[in-house]
Amino acid sequence: MTDTTNDTGTDSAAVPDETGNDAGAASASAPSSSSPSRRSLLGWGGAGLALGAAVTGGAVAVARSGDEAVPAASAGGAVAFLGKHQAGIATPVQDRLHFAAFDVKTDDREEFVQLLKDWTKAAARMTAGHEVGEGAYGGLTEAPPDDTGEALGLKPSRLTLTIGFGPGLFEKFDLSDRRPEALVDLPKFPGDNLDKSRGGGDLCVQACADDPQVAVHAIRNLARIGFGKVAVRWSQLGFGKTSSTTPGAQTPRNLFGFKDGTRNVSGDDNSALAEHVWVGEKDGPGWMAGGSYLVARRIRMNVETWDRTSLGEQEDIFGRDKGEGAPVGKAKEHDKPFLKAMKPTSHVRLAHPDSNDGATILRRGYSFTDGTDGLGRLDAGLFFLAYQRDVRTGFIPVQRSLSRSDALNEYIQHVGSAVFAIPPGVRDKDDWWGRALFG
Amino acid sequence: MRPVRLSAATAVAAVAALTAVTGCTEKSEAKGGDNTVEVTATDDKCDVSETKLSAGHVELAIENKGSKVTEVYLLFPDDRIVSERENIGPGTKQKLTAEVKSGSYQIACKPGMKGDGIRQKVTVSGGKTVKRDPRLDKSVADYRAYAQEQADATLPKVKVFTDAVRKGDIEAAKKAYANSRIGWERTEPVAESFGDIDPKVDVREDGLEEGQDLAKDWTGWHRLERALWKDKKIGGREKELATRLDKDLKDWQNRVGKAEITPTSMANGAKELLDEVATGKVTGEEERYSHTDLVDFKANVEGAEKAYGLLKAVASENDPALTKELDKQFAALDKLLGEYRTGGGKDSYTFTSYDKLDKADTKELSDGVNALAEPLSKLAAAVAKSK
Repeated sequence: MTDTTNDTGTDSAAVPDETGNDAGAASASAPSSSSPSRRSLLGWGGAGLALGAAVTGGAVAVARSGDEAVPAASAGGAVAFLGKHQAGIATPVQDRLHFAAFDVKTDDREEFVQLLKDWTKAAARMTAGHEVGEGAYGGLTEAPPDDTGEALGLKPSRLTLTIGFGPGLFEKFDLSDRRPEALVDLPKFPGDNLDKSRGGGDLCVQACADDPQVAVHAIRNLARIGFGKVAVRWSQLGFGKTSSTTPGAQTPRNLFGFKDGTRNVSGDDNSALAEHVWVGEKDGPGWMAGGSYLVARRIRMNVETWDRTSLGEQEDIFGRDKGEGAPVGKAKEHDKPFLKAMKPTSHVRLAHPDSNDGATILRRGYSFTDGTDGLGRLDAGLFFLAYQRDVRTGFIPVQRSLSRSDALNEYIQHVGSAVFAIPPGVRDKDDWWGRALFG
Repeated sequence: MRPVRLSAATAVAAVAALTAVTGCTEKSEAKGGDNTVEVTATDDKCDVSETKLSAGHVELAIENKGSKVTEVYLLFPDDRIVSERENIGPGTKQKLTAEVKSGSYQIACKPGMKGDGIRQKVTVSGGKTVKRDPRLDKSVADYRAYAQEQADATLPKVKVFTDAVRKGDIEAAKKAYANSRIGWERTEPVAESFGDIDPKVDVREDGLEEGQDLAKDWTGWHRLERALWKDKKIGGREKELATRLDKDLKDWQNRVGKAEITPTSMANGAKELLDEVATGKVTGEEERYSHTDLVDFKANVEGAEKAYGLLKAVASENDPALTKELDKQFAALDKLLGEYRTGGGKDSYTFTSYDKLDKADTKELSDGVNALAEPLSKLAAAVAKSK
């Protein structure tokens, strides 16, 4: 499988960390045994000493997990951090999400650049399954440890960390002339009921992992490193991926019980990625080459009223059958849909590229539930994440047509919204998130 | 008031790490001879038989020849207590023992168990030397003095408040309320190190345990706050509670000088003041009736800044980037708080009522607190590097 590749599989470079361990490569090729895991390596300061300390404790027994039953979520190895594109876009979708948007609190460019470097270093460590800084224990007893520690003993769990730059960032550091034209502010769509405290942000970090604890740990530690320079504006936890970048795998279902995202862009379809997802050399600005644009929408679902809707109507609304996921009139999920057979207001018909001048986006959303809303209704829905080469030709036309006519609108409401420019990947150990923009 | 009281564990660990000297007052078999100091206490003298001792086991054989009850201390130069013996009655003898390393110490007798006491310097030599940075000793001594000053200055302010309550003057009491809390809030980690005072004076309504009676067991500032702002009446019970607040705070004033303070507990105490802000003030829970949270907020930050200021010289040698960041973040938070002053100049304690702040305001304050508290949590490490 392509689990360990960052983009096309050709340049999934390893992460050489400060201990000299070729962590990315080691983790990628043998995720469960030979890689120094969080548990077996205390930190990067004085590696010899740290390793010595590890073997005297109970660490060795835990690190050797070969003869224990390993829960599925713990089985994930490391996804390479370095590459032409950032991991977490075309790489296979993990089971869990913690997405966080930040406001920038400093106007000191140097300080902000230092934060990006510190974040890059921490991200490389965490995605390889290591602790941040000098680790979670063993330091001074009077001071808090560098790493918060809740991911100790857990596998890398295919953690990916993906950074994005929001429109506000370009104003903040007087970079308006470098703001990509494709990073537009979204128009108001009919039916939007946007909560500012659940949208926007100067920066975002998408943390995806097979273990929610690993994803939450990553965001928590980045937020901690960032205090004073950035502040969390809002964040969202997600579970149950709602679309897949690996078409061979079973299409996951959304909270309405339907398979959605059947025709998503495949993570190994390089020509489709180049056409619809990655910003090309000539697209401009130059610093975005190899990057992408992300639209994040918190879509609340009225699951109680949906559950009282007849099966026939549910299937009409989507334009697919509920059991197999086959388009109207077809037998199999992946059969080519015949759009004209669907109701004009059906979701699949309206969202299909053929209905939108070929507009294609790579969806990577997750279901969410934040408990109940005080009226006993599930506060649940779809945290929609879509990557595209240009927001103007990607999300906007699709959402225009959906927001106008989609029969699903009766059961959903868009309550949070944000757009981000996703810079290209970190190329090597001297590179850092955003160097092409700030460097 | 915090749900979890002080960093007892932190303080203990810090003491162990920094001093490695134990004091004990249990009766041990008298070793006699070598390292015994005869201490003769009277009402105006504290005579000691030896001022030069050898490192190791030391015994103070104390006799009170005065007319007042006294207490005797063996102290570090920064006033930290190595060992103590209280309640030595007139005409009685007591023994005090300690294990000491080489260095300078003081023996203090406190006739009437009050004040700084009558002091004698003693020098311990030989054996291992306690390596201590004299600047940190001074920091601790200065901080101890600050905590005492704050307590001393608070009592009269509290009296203005409690007098108004006793007179049944609601408006005057409301006016004096927030001001009466400033000294306490500035030095809260020290005050809270005496676990019994804090629940009497600073507990909130929801801080009572199951089985405790709100009418009977709830005492202190916040009980009176509710009477003034919510119930809007002063009855006999409130007047009783005012007098009790005076008394409980008097106890604090008397004991604050004996608090266990170390350089790292000062540093972590500064961080704990920000924790107070982050968990109680930013949420508006602390002063839920009076909405004077920003006054407490300001006082907490000032107390933290004081402790930081005293440790800064040492910390900046070990971690200059950290102190630079702390200077910046203290200034930023002070500036932000300043925006909520409602007149009275830049040193006034008249702040916007907390219920007038909107969500964006409180988010900004919360961000400011996080921006300061995170680097502040690293101050203890910067201080601990030099001992």
